[in-house]
Amino acid sequence: MKVALFATCLVDTMTPSVAHATAALLQRLGQEVVVPPAQACCGQMHVNTGYRREAVSIVANHVRAFEGAEVIVAPSGSCVASIHHQQAAVARRAGDEALAQAAEELAGRTHELSQFLVDVLGVTDVGAYYPHRVTYHPTCHSLRLLRVGDAPLQLLRAVRGLELVELPGAEQCCGFGGTFAVKNADTSTAMLTDKMANVLGTHAEVCTAGDASCLMHIGGGLSRLRAGTRTVHLAEILASTEEAVTPDQKAIPAVTA
Amino acid sequence: MTAVDLGMPGLPHAPRGVGHLRGAESFPDAARGALRNGQLRANLGHATSTIRGKRANVVGELPDWEQLRAAGKALKTATMARLDEHLEELERQVTARGGVVHWARDANEANEIVTRLVQATGTSEVVKVKSMATQEIGLNEALEAAGLDVFETDLAELIVQLGEDSPSHILVPAIHKNRAEIREIFARTIPGVDPGLTDDPRQLAMAARAHLRERFLRARVAVSGANFGVAETGTLTVVESEGNGRMCLTLPETLITVMGIEKVVPTWRDLEVFLQLLPRSSTGERMNPYTSAWAGVTPGDGPQEFHLVLLDNGRTAVLADEVGREALHCIRCSACLNVCPVYERAGGHSYGSVYPGPIGAVLSPMLTGVEDNASLPYASSLCGACYDVCPVAIDIPSILVHLRGEHVEAVARDRDRPTAEAVAFRGLAKAMSHPRLWHLAQRAARLGRLVSRGRPTLPNALPPPISGWTRSRDLPTPPTKTFVQQWTEEHRS
Ligand code: SF4
Repeated sequence: MKVALFATCLVDTMTPSVAHATAALLQRLGQEVVVPPAQACCGQMHVNTGYRREAVSIVANHVRAFEGAEVIVAPSGSCVASIHHQQAAVARRAGDEALAQAAEELAGRTHELSQFLVDVLGVTDVGAYYPHRVTYHPTCHSLRLLRVGDAPLQLLRAVRGLELVELPGAEQCCGFGGTFAVKNADTSTAMLTDKMANVLGTHAEVCTAGDASCLMHIGGGLSRLRAGTRTVHLAEILASTEEAVTPDQKAIPAVTA
Repeated sequence: MTAVDLGMPGLPHAPRGVGHLRGAESFPDAARGALRNGQLRANLGHATSTIRGKRANVVGELPDWEQLRAAGKALKTATMARLDEHLEELERQVTARGGVVHWARDANEANEIVTRLVQATGTSEVVKVKSMATQEIGLNEALEAAGLDVFETDLAELIVQLGEDSPSHILVPAIHKNRAEIREIFARTIPGVDPGLTDDPRQLAMAARAHLRERFLRARVAVSGANFGVAETGTLTVVESEGNGRMCLTLPETLITVMGIEKVVPTWRDLEVFLQLLPRSSTGERMNPYTSAWAGVTPGDGPQEFHLVLLDNGRTAVLADEVGREALHCIRCSACLNVCPVYERAGGHSYGSVYPGPIGAVLSPMLTGVEDNASLPYASSLCGACYDVCPVAIDIPSILVHLRGEHVEAVARDRDRPTAEAVAFRGLAKAMSHPRLWHLAQRAARLGRLVSRGRPTLPNALPPPISGWTRSRDLPTPPTKTFVQQWTEEHRS
């Protein structure tokens, strides 16, 4: 299959290693990967902060950038949820019915990474090797908007060497919430503190998830505390293999920019 | 119409200066203080996790829960579409059965009507059944200002009243208090209470019971709310756990019920759905202990005078909002509060309204006009837990996002010069709409590398709004190349 990779604006700018890992993983699974160069953002941050009018042209750019793509995959539950649940509504509200339909049509071909692997490709063992103790945080939009269910856990369980530990209170929000993290920084931090307490209680080396945004928040908190536990995106774990990980490479992602 | 007026022009919002829909502080400011209260955090954490567990158990045992939810939602949607007709039918049926119906445009009118009705009976005391509508309009204060004594009879509401506190939860108004704190309030405020009172729940309940019993027996007027008003039969219902409601609804000579206009249901049969959804969602019980239902007056049995006050107070304005009107479907079960991670930490008082939590964050700003509660639509991480548990499937996250849009657009209309935030978001939108500009913007973001001077993270002390992030979280230094840039370079044919 020819897969168009939507890196998402955050991953592209701040954590490109996640997109490199996604591409490497898909290629290893025999997919042809293309990266439409005109891609930018899905528009979610604007919509969720109240700038839904301004988001219309962002949606239009997204639709243009991925026009004609057979299937689109993104390493983010949140951005894919926005593509599925917000883009068309935003265009429709602004009176652009043609854009709304184009966005709906594109959304039908857009998948979150773990859902693409498990539901579309039908693989759970992606041939990864990651010899670390890992705990998984289901991000809210993966869990409640996309209903990815246990797809990420199925993938993680099949990773050789990986010791999966259950995260207590896993389904509680980490407190990121986009601009919520800044506009309500105190409440966000209180939620983060409880999430970190649960993560640290597992004694995992790595906390993983399907959204780089939530991981930047959880990882930023852990790093501030100088905790040993690090955050690594699901794609980076799944991209790791025996060849790519050396014994002293500890919890550092195998694929780096 | 002022620029910040929402909804249909001319539809009034809940008036200022009366009732409890507006807080003195913005949500972030109020929450900042509450988050430091360790006792509050412990009390709320304990109470909400207990009730979450109970709810999950009793909901889990119903195989048709999702169908019930869908039925509840469909019934509410259909009712709202012809709300005026159902209300007029309710009025006809209540009147036909000997009740008197009053229409109150807002809190002031409702308070005036109830005060007048109580005064006409010649009594100076009123017993009350817990009711959100009367809390919303500040009825107790209005009655007290008229020289009347008001007694709350719900245990948690009594705790709040005796403690001169305000409710922080729509079902358990004193959820922020623990047993030891309740013992202290009772010992201090209940006349003649046993000096050896302990914090044993049974002892506390018995102390409240002794205090209230006397009032039930001598009260001549009761004021209640209503969970549902059945249009076809003129029947009002109150759903409760303690039996205090039953006492208030049956013993006094006069009963005055204040009901929000959205509480009407067309038929008696509709209760079949709602009386299953409500107790499981609210207290985590299969069935609540007391469900009282009455229609008009019955000679020789119960109150001989019955008044129904139908309250608008901004509801018609909510109904006019195509996205937001779903908030009127709320049956006040409080499940969304109990699962909300923001509510659990910041507490109900941070919302500044009698309606806290996720439903409050949408309902309060719509009732008052968003300008008076502008911080509430942002008081959510949009995690979606509220939507999942709501027994009538109100898509609260989508309404929150909608209200943020309404707020941003109202501010833009109201100001000559855009806010700094609007300038930033417009600029970013422009960049994100044009690949060439976007790549330039990404390059600009990499200037962060200069600030971090070779370290893996940016410094902690950065100017606002980034400081909101960096006060508690490290921010990684942006990498030298974006993914798309590097990929494009490597795959140039
Ligand atoms: S919004 Fe839904 S969950 Fe929240 S109180 Fe109302 S009915 Fe219950």
